[in-house]
Order: sequence, then structure tokens, then C-alpha cells
Amino acid sequence: MTALLELRDLARAFPVRDALGRARGAVRAVDGVSLSVAEGEVLAIVGESGCGKSTLGRLALRLIEPDAGEIRFMGEDLRTLNPADLRRRRRDMQLIFQDPFASLDPRMTVEEAVGEPLRLHGIVPRAQERDRVAELLARVGLRPELARRWPHEFSGGQRQRIAIARALASRPRLIVGDEPVSALDVSVQAQVINLLQDLIAELRLTFVLISHDLGVVRHIADRVAVMYLGRIVEEGPTEAVFRAPRHPYTRALLAAVPGQGGRDGAKAVPLEGDVPSPIDPPSGCRFRTRCPFAEAVCAERMPLLEGGSHAAACHLQDRLPPARPPAEHDAGGERLRRLQAFFTDRSTSPITKGATTT
Amino acid sequence: MSAPVLELRDVTVTLPTDRGPLRPVDGVSFAVAPGKTLAVVGESGCGKSVTALAIMGLLPQGSRIGGAIRFDGQELTALDAEAMRGKRGAELAMIFQEPMTSLNPAFTAGEQVAEALRLHQNLSPAAAMDRAVEMLARVRIPDAGRRARQYPHQLSGGMRQRVMIAMALACRPRLLIADEPTTALDVTVQAQILALIDELKAETGTAVLLITHDLGVVADHADEVAVMYAGRVAERAPAARLFANPQHPYTVGLLGAAPSLEGGAERLASIEGTVPDLRNPPPGCRFAPRCPFAVARCAEQPPLAPMGEGHLAACWRAPLDSLLVAA
Repeated sequence: MTALLELRDLARAFPVRDALGRARGAVRAVDGVSLSVAEGEVLAIVGESGCGKSTLGRLALRLIEPDAGEIRFMGEDLRTLNPADLRRRRRDMQLIFQDPFASLDPRMTVEEAVGEPLRLHGIVPRAQERDRVAELLARVGLRPELARRWPHEFSGGQRQRIAIARALASRPRLIVGDEPVSALDVSVQAQVINLLQDLIAELRLTFVLISHDLGVVRHIADRVAVMYLGRIVEEGPTEAVFRAPRHPYTRALLAAVPGQGGRDGAKAVPLEGDVPSPIDPPSGCRFRTRCPFAEAVCAERMPLLEGGSHAAACHLQDRLPPARPPAEHDAGGERLRRLQAFFTDRSTSPITKGATTT
Repeated sequence: MSAPVLELRDVTVTLPTDRGPLRPVDGVSFAVAPGKTLAVVGESGCGKSVTALAIMGLLPQGSRIGGAIRFDGQELTALDAEAMRGKRGAELAMIFQEPMTSLNPAFTAGEQVAEALRLHQNLSPAAAMDRAVEMLARVRIPDAGRRARQYPHQLSGGMRQRVMIAMALACRPRLLIADEPTTALDVTVQAQILALIDELKAETGTAVLLITHDLGVVADHADEVAVMYAGRVAERAPAARLFANPQHPYTVGLLGAAPSLEGGAERLASIEGTVPDLRNPPPGCRFAPRCPFAVARCAEQPPLAPMGEGHLAACWRAPLDSLLVAA
């Protein structure tokens, strides 16, 4: 498989100033990250607030400039492109944001919002624009007659569908979704996740999902990278990382997700303390101050990502006690699955749905 | 079973709005026993937070409450504003999703906890501050003496939520209402805060009303659950029973819509459509327009009918098991 996107040793720091504007140091938001995303793959970047995952997503699209490192997209080093070439490249990469209320211009109708990238990148002749917008709306499960409406007339889920249609307009190869379903209620979130999965499969999209929600990640990602304080601590196939996490932080993160084992089951001890300040991260391994297994070596040397296709950055990874297998919890059993099938069967692919409403 | 600390009977809330009155809570009944946690689950707009504000007497001016809210046998809706003020903070306490908006930025963490103690327990300022530091230590704020002298902006999100909990529990309330207490927090911090609430509840016998949209949180921390949809209770059951044997179609859909850590399902259960407009709700069962099991009879409102062992469901088609035999 060829890599569509390749990041090498990316770094970006943001200066921190005090109330008088004097430099007080820097937050190293992303600090030496290498990642490769294969064509057609869904890669998730997970971590808690402040771990650098959103900054990494923006660096990958060169929406913000890295201090160091390389971004190769479709074989080109994005950092060496001049502004005009970069603009042309942009049609192949799009970003979907968390907040569908903030990401759509309130003064543009749906038709204008979705049509703008078509015009910007000269995707279709002007005369075909309206048809293409209708096609895009149908594809995300919205009736084309909604094209003349304004963003405020839509619910959160519908707005996120509009944002997705807009992102698809330029026929991109790569989409980065920064918490694309986090602001939505569970039932609406499920609709948008199903839509995203259909689109990824049908359009053979490469998708980078930035998320803090491990359930969502487990559900749609092929591969996962776990970040902590600006660095990747573990990376591997989703199944492997969730079944047998190798880094103590990944283990703690997975154990902290509620709803696994029930109230009386043996629950993992919650991780103590808060994430240290990224202005002054701990020496050596950045997780060591909260790690129950930390030894002297962890303070001395920064661990590197090691272990092949499922890698972890931990000095002790081969000596850790085996990870607790995820608790099987299937409270509702076969009965619940059969009842839920009545809900699942009704959701058809967005293409057929569009066809029936046009 | 001991007498409930809180009991709601057929509570309705009517809010005045520019476009006429709105009824976000429409006939809600449930009860919470001492030392137990009742979770109220539902999506935005289902009425769960308005129900909490009604209990606390914190609804906007001009709102009307119908039905009965009994707290330790006393009817709260009959109390005047001053009597309610005396109850809040002392016997009834509430913590919110975003601690930054509920803490006063101009006072230190210690001062804010101490204020609650001075107001409701007649302690001297010095004694109140000592107790406040003690409370901050109890909610496991490291180095509590120093932290007590810090202002909210100097504390992390998890730390601020601990200060809120310390404030809420300082006077050992009979009832704690926690409205999405961990939604703004990271998952590892969320686990710490919820464990803390459980621990303090076991210690003090406080009843907890936990308002959340997260079914995982419900599974780990609730004794009983009320599932709300569009202002009404759709289903009520002991927690384990609700997850093992849900009887309302909305609960079934909701359980299938949340992706699980074990993976599994290729597609998530998708509840088509959106929640109804409360200005113009559908007649009868409010979930019917989105329900795959709806029949003609659903145009009439179904009562909350017993399904055995403290389990109630407001659905004409419940128990749903017969649908599987036919399928």
C-alpha cells in the first residue's frame, strides 16, 4: 500500500506570554511526530485535551506551519510548495470541524456554502453547479429542495451533513475530521457515523479522524495513534491496540471509559492526577509522573516508538504485566441485537436515499 | 426500602417564551432513596435539566410547575423563595457541567467552600475556612491548604469540579443533583470524579440524582434509571434490568446507537429523524414518528405500564418480546 500522507518528525511549539507580553516559554504542542496514512485507510488520532491531536491535524494539511519536519502528500513535500501550488493541492484535502454551528457562514445559503468550493477550484462548469450541489446534498442524505435554506434553519446533525457535503465538493482524496461527531446527541451521532462510513467506502476516501471518543474510534478506524503531551505513545491496528494495549497510558485510557464491567465488577483504579503542563513536560517519558510502572530509566531517557506495525514508546513494554482483556459485557444479548436490527435495517445507503427523495 | 428523599409525581413545567408557553417537562414521576443514585438519561431537549432546575427552585421567572415535588415529605412547590433559599446549599445541592461558570472568579476556592458553611451552619469565618480546607482534602485536592488560597482560573478543569463537589457536599445535603458533572472533562479525570461522588454518597447517605447522556456512566454508577424523551419518562427500571431487558423502543435504539469499545456491529442502530418540536408535539406517543414498531394505536398516549420488578415502560407494544416471535 502506498502512503497518501506521510509526516516525518513534525514539531510545532506555541509561545506562551505573561500578562505583560513577555515570553514565558513555549507549549510544545506537537513534538517529533511521524505517521503514515495509506490510501483508503481510516487512521484515528486519539488523546485527551491538550495532547496535540488537533494541532497535528492542522499541521498535516499545512493550515498552520510546522517548526520542523516534513509533510508528504501525494508524493509532494507540502512545505516546499509555493502558495499557488498549495492552493491547488488543497482541493485534494479537506477538514471537517467539530462545531457545525461555527463552521458554516450564517450569511450563505446551503447552496452557496456547498457550491463555493466548486467555483473556487473550478470543479464543474458554472451551468452544472446547481445540479452538482443537489447531487452532493442527496449523497449526504439531505433533500435537494433544502438548498435555498440558511444554516440556522437546520439542526446540529443536518448542519454536520452540510459541512460534509461541502468538504466532498472538491472531490478530495483526504479528509481530516476534527471531532466531527462530538457535538451531536447519541442518536444523531450514530446517523452521521453511518453516513461517514458509507462515504469512506463508496468514495474510497482516506480519512484521518481526530477524536477523544474511544468508542467512535473503535467503530470506524483501521489504525490508531495514541497521543500524550505532544508525542505518539502507541500506534497500531485498531483491533490490536484495543485488545492488547502496549503502553500504560493507552491501558489507563481504555480502562477509564465508563460502561465496561458494570458497577460491581472489578474496576481499574482510575489514573491519579492531571496531565502535566506542556510548557514544562517531565524529563524522559512524559507519562512517567502518572505511570504506575515507572522506573528510574523512564526519567532518564525518552522512549522511542518501537515494535513494528503495533508499536509503543515505553521502555518497559516487554516487561509489563499482561493487559486485562476487555470485559465482555453483553447485557442485552441476542434479544437486544434482534430488536436493534429493526433500527439498523432502516438506514440505507445515502445514495439510494438520495435517489428516492429526488 | 426506606422512604424516598425525593419524589416527583406527575410534574409539569411550563415556561413563558416570546412565542407563547412551552412545556419542556410533561408529566414526570420518579423517586430517589437515601444513599442511592437515580440516573436521568436522555438527549438534548428531553427535559432532564429543566426537571433538575424545577426541583432546585431555579426556574426562570414566570415559569409554572404542576404536580408534586416532595422532599423529605415536604412539598417544595409550596415553599416561598426565602424558604427555598434556606434549603438550597444546606439540604439540596447541585453541581453543573461547567464548573468555571458556577464558581466566582473573584474568590478563592477556600472562600467559596467556606461561604456555604458560614451561611448554613453558622460557623465563624476561621472555623469555616478550616472545615473548607478539610473538605478540599476530602475531595482529594492535593496540597489542599495551598489550593484553598488559589482562584478558580489557577485550577485545572478536574480540580474546579472537585471544588464544586466540595462546596456542594460541605453541608452534607440530603440530595445532590449532578447535571452532566463530567461531560466537560477528559475520560481519565471523569473516572476520578465519578468514583469520588460514589464514595462520598456511600459515606454520607446522600441521595444522588445524576443527569447524563452517557449510558456508560449510567451502567457504572446508577442504581435506577429514568429514560426521558421529549419531556416525558419513556422507561424506568433498576439499572441492571434496563440494560438487560429494555422495553421501550427508544431505549433499544439509544443502546444500539452508542459505539462500544468491543467493536462488533457493522452499522450502528440509527434512530431516523430528529426529536419533535415541543411547540407542536405529535399526538400520543412522542417517539412514534421515529419508531420502527409504531402502530395506529400509538396516536394515543401510552401510560407508564408495569413490566415487573420495578420496571415501567410507556409503550403500547411493550413487552417488545412478542415482536421477535412474529419476526
